Amino acid sequence: MSQILKVAMPKGRIYKKAAELFLQAGIPIPTDVDESRKLIVELPEAKMEFILAKPVDVPIYVEHGVADIGIVGKDVLMEENRDVYELLDLGIARCRMSVIALPDWQPGIQQRVATKYPNVASQYFRERGQQVEVIKLNGSIELAPMIGLADRIVDMVETGQTLRENGLVEMEELFGITSRLIANRVSYRMKSEEIQQLCDQLQKVIQPSTANETQEIR
Amino acid sequence: MSKPKGFEKPTGVRDYLPHVVSKLRYIEENVLQSMSQWGYRQIITPTLEYYDTVGVASSTSDRKLYKMLNNRGTTMVLRSDMTTPIARVMGSLLKEEPLPIRLAYHANVFRSIEEEAGREAEFFQTGAELVGVDSPEGDAEVIALAIACLQAAGVQNFKISLGHVGFLSGLLEEALPGKVREQEALKDRLLNRDFVGFREQLSAFNLSNAQRSELEGLLRLRGAAEICEQALEISNNEQASASIRHLCKVWEVLEAYDISKYVMIDLTMIGNFSYYTGMVFEGYAAELGSPICSGGRYDNLLAQFGRSVVATGFALKTNRILDGVQLPVPQPEKPIMVTYDAASRREAFAHAASLRKQGKMVVTEYAIEATNDNLSSDGYGEIVHFKSGSPAISQ
Repeated sequence: MSQILKVAMPKGRIYKKAAELFLQAGIPIPTDVDESRKLIVELPEAKMEFILAKPVDVPIYVEHGVADIGIVGKDVLMEENRDVYELLDLGIARCRMSVIALPDWQPGIQQRVATKYPNVASQYFRERGQQVEVIKLNGSIELAPMIGLADRIVDMVETGQTLRENGLVEMEELFGITSRLIANRVSYRMKSEEIQQLCDQLQKVIQPSTANETQEIR
Repeated sequence: MSKPKGFEKPTGVRDYLPHVVSKLRYIEENVLQSMSQWGYRQIITPTLEYYDTVGVASSTSDRKLYKMLNNRGTTMVLRSDMTTPIARVMGSLLKEEPLPIRLAYHANVFRSIEEEAGREAEFFQTGAELVGVDSPEGDAEVIALAIACLQAAGVQNFKISLGHVGFLSGLLEEALPGKVREQEALKDRLLNRDFVGFREQLSAFNLSNAQRSELEGLLRLRGAAEICEQALEISNNEQASASIRHLCKVWEVLEAYDISKYVMIDLTMIGNFSYYTGMVFEGYAAELGSPICSGGRYDNLLAQFGRSVVATGFALKTNRILDGVQLPVPQPEKPIMVTYDAASRREAFAHAASLRKQGKMVVTEYAIEATNDNLSSDGYGEIVHFKSGSPAISQ
């Protein structure tokens, strides 16, 4: 007998894209689920239960096993090393992690980098032999160089619109980001058939990355 | 950090209140009883061990060990597992003991956790080691014992995943002969459970399509006995084939124990490669997000302590079972309360003693006043009053 899969879905921009992917793969789910306030949505037809969570919390639910699988951006996975299985690159919500600064940035004596991703950032600079002070912020990271808190930031870039509007420039790309399907260690084994089936269905409709994946929409 | 307050405890340690201890003892007693019935005798080793011997040999990563210095400046550790201390004993006190040797244990072990609170720094493990049986029979025995222990503890809905470290090693050696760094990179991805990264690494190496699909196919190798035939077809590598054949034989033995229905062969199961040398397995309970049991063959460990002999074993993660699994723990009996006054002391104590001899739980309370108004009768099965005179019984 087929078991229900508990899926931790990220609220926000990723949800819509994930829902489209699921529909393309032939899994019957509604696309407006995240518009209501409901946090747990039962989808008996799809044999799933969606748990709507803040994107950064998805790996936590999956790691503890209260969600069997989840969808989360690679940026979140790279920042925190959670004990989860990374099964598929869903190829959605493509963006990139980049170092950003004001156009007139010059390397100075005291280097400060503000970011939502302190682990990713410090590792990046350490690997390049650069000694920087990393300041953790939680949102609107672009503010930091504009008001002088930090001279550079490490943040996600999608279209580049926010940067342009605030007079910032992208200096170097750290890596590309897409959303991934993750699974709990135990669920991966106890619900192996259901998870494998979902992976097979999704694999058929996932768009592989193209050479110009980071093209900017001007 | 400012001085801790009176009620605070170090991160990761816990108190076990009486009702929790009942459940813990239930698990402990049932599991140890099961092990004893299979011929495994209990061993106790010290909480403190030397870092340079037991510490470095254990499978626990260095940063997770609790280290301290003794008064001579020698580094010691709080034991992080029982397998390594037992290996030490094998090479010393039990050096001449004839094989095979079957040992069991229930002990608290210590692991330092840097991340969030809630992860246990001190927890119980109940486990067994089978030393000196180098065959599928030995491997199957420990798996069967693990299952018997889970059942004895009352865990109902569980599954065991069985793998073999040799299979992956052989397969990788065949696809990337001699390229140790590349093999390590792939093993590393699997150890981190990053299948996407594994596939990405694969496509970066110059492999033939056949080889690449063979290695990618590794990720789908799970099932029952049919996996044995499928997996044998995948590889010509000596080590990989030998590993599969070994697993198939283990499976045969498990069928004879009539427990193969609980076991799934899962060739994606990766253990610590430098520690395990053969079959590895994990047990899962439906309700829990982490494994409740893990084990495997570790033939190279005992040689490090001076007795070169094969060994295989497992440990139950007792705390996870304690916290996460519903168990049929019997309700504790309510004690009898015997109250008395100064004149009736002798009688009351004698009565309590005779009840205790009968196996009852008895509490005696000095009743300051003749009545029992100021004594709460909650939690007691029966109350017996002794006053200078004859006994009276009230519920």
